[in-house]
Amino acid sequence: MTTTHVGAPHTGAPLAPDTFEIVPVHHWGRRLSAVGAVAALAGLIGSLAKNGNLHWDVVGHYLFAGLIFDGLVTTLWLTAAAMTVGLALGTLVAVMRLSDNPVLYGLSSLFVWVFRGTPLLVQIIFWGYAGALYHHVMIGVPFTGVTFFQADTNALLTPSVAALLALGLNEAAYTSEIVRAGIRSVDPGQTEAAHSLGMRPALTMRRIVLPQAMRVIIPPLGNETINMLKMTALVSVIAAHDLMSNIQDVYGQNYQVIPMLVVASLWYLALVSALSVPQAWLERRYGRGTARGAEISPLRRLCAGPLTALLGRTHKEEGR
Amino acid sequence: MNAPMVHAEGVRKHFGKLQVLKGIDLTVERGQVCCLLGPSGSGKSTFLRCINHLEKIDGGRLSVDGEPVGYRPQGTRLHELREREVAARRRDIGMVFQRFNLFPHMTALENVMEAPVKVAGTARERARDEARALLDQVGLADREGHYPAELSGGQQQRVAIARALAMKPKLMLFDEPTSALDPELVGDVLDVMRRLADDGMTMVVVTHEIGFAREVGDLAVFMDEGVVVESGDPRRVLAEPEQERTRAFLSKVL
Repeated sequence: MTTTHVGAPHTGAPLAPDTFEIVPVHHWGRRLSAVGAVAALAGLIGSLAKNGNLHWDVVGHYLFAGLIFDGLVTTLWLTAAAMTVGLALGTLVAVMRLSDNPVLYGLSSLFVWVFRGTPLLVQIIFWGYAGALYHHVMIGVPFTGVTFFQADTNALLTPSVAALLALGLNEAAYTSEIVRAGIRSVDPGQTEAAHSLGMRPALTMRRIVLPQAMRVIIPPLGNETINMLKMTALVSVIAAHDLMSNIQDVYGQNYQVIPMLVVASLWYLALVSALSVPQAWLERRYGRGTARGAEISPLRRLCAGPLTALLGRTHKEEGR
Repeated sequence: MNAPMVHAEGVRKHFGKLQVLKGIDLTVERGQVCCLLGPSGSGKSTFLRCINHLEKIDGGRLSVDGEPVGYRPQGTRLHELREREVAARRRDIGMVFQRFNLFPHMTALENVMEAPVKVAGTARERARDEARALLDQVGLADREGHYPAELSGGQQQRVAIARALAMKPKLMLFDEPTSALDPELVGDVLDVMRRLADDGMTMVVVTHEIGFAREVGDLAVFMDEGVVVESGDPRRVLAEPEQERTRAFLSKVL
């Protein structure tokens, strides 16, 4: 109150605008809670740093160990391959589900029902032990005895192949729903316009509908990729030598469970962070023509995430 | 070939239990501009969409340039067309929509080039030159690199007209082309359509622009509740309508 020079309104005299000084509201509650939260976080970090049971030396020793790198490579290609299978098969299933053919619709619905309705862990173990169900696999004409290809199941379904199959098929069920929602989000007028230009349904889907659906598809697909990266850890149950399998192998021998889990977590965090770069790029690529926010470069957006989290308040106020 | 460009005889169409077209008779000769007028829900848009087979008719006969829409006649039978054949027929019929329906992920130039390159198989360079000429023709030569979202409604609609013209159609269909536009943008689009009519293009136009129908139209068709109430020379139909329903409608829109 002492700092304001409020011109006395009751005199009725016209007031020059510069006679006022603005006094901002002091958010004492906000400041107090921020100090409290930072203190709690500092305490937690301090106690972790000083905790001898964490064995930072072990973490440091294994963080860049060869065995961990081997697992990392397996995790990465498994993620990439499973997502590729999931996306390709998922798009096919989505198109089948949207088709007028009742048989294709029924089959694709059945596929989604089975692979989305059973736990992934069950599916992984199932493919890992599929040799117990069929000792041999063959490709031929049903009910005729004509065979083109035959092999021993266990020779064919190595842990890696079983892992890829399990993750890929499961992913396809989820991806198909994402793609289907994306396709349905495109205005039917787009299809009509394409048809009236003489474009056939397949060309219309490829050139007009899917590129527009991508805008809706990519954000949840980025989520799926991040999930996939972490879900690959489940294939350790069939010893597929991914990052998690190798971590478990190490702590099975040296009993340093917690430090090894820290190693695993650090790598998963690093990989997930790296994934947001291509995602932002793809979003920008398919956001063409819809502009808003699409002009920010992926790298800036990546930096903007943590920055806003840390400096949220100041950032917001600068933006005004 | 002396067949009329569009010929309809007793065309019927229903959506579920709702009878939308109750027997439409209409003939549009080559080079004519036919304006379909009438209250909303009268079936004029549906009829227009039947002409390029976006809707399938349930009864009657409908032919474009002597060929039945959606069928291939062979002796006494009509064979339903395959997707490929339907698409081939549509190449000759341009369509302009109320909501433009430009492809939002392509620039104005790419929108116009898309069908010539991907459907007609025109070489890219040639398609680009032709697309530029068309954009120039609709007064948008300086907007070729813009995405639809960066254009006004009137500009978008003119790009849409250029896009339809790029396939060198023999018939142009317009489905309320100015109804979604701000009033001051309507004129530019109507000017483009007027020039198109002057160049001899056969056009079927669903519109509420009575002025356009009177000045440019060769034939005015007044529809209501799925039937043609009255048709003929626009200057007569619009000035001295014979039917009470036409008079009532015109008194509301004029």
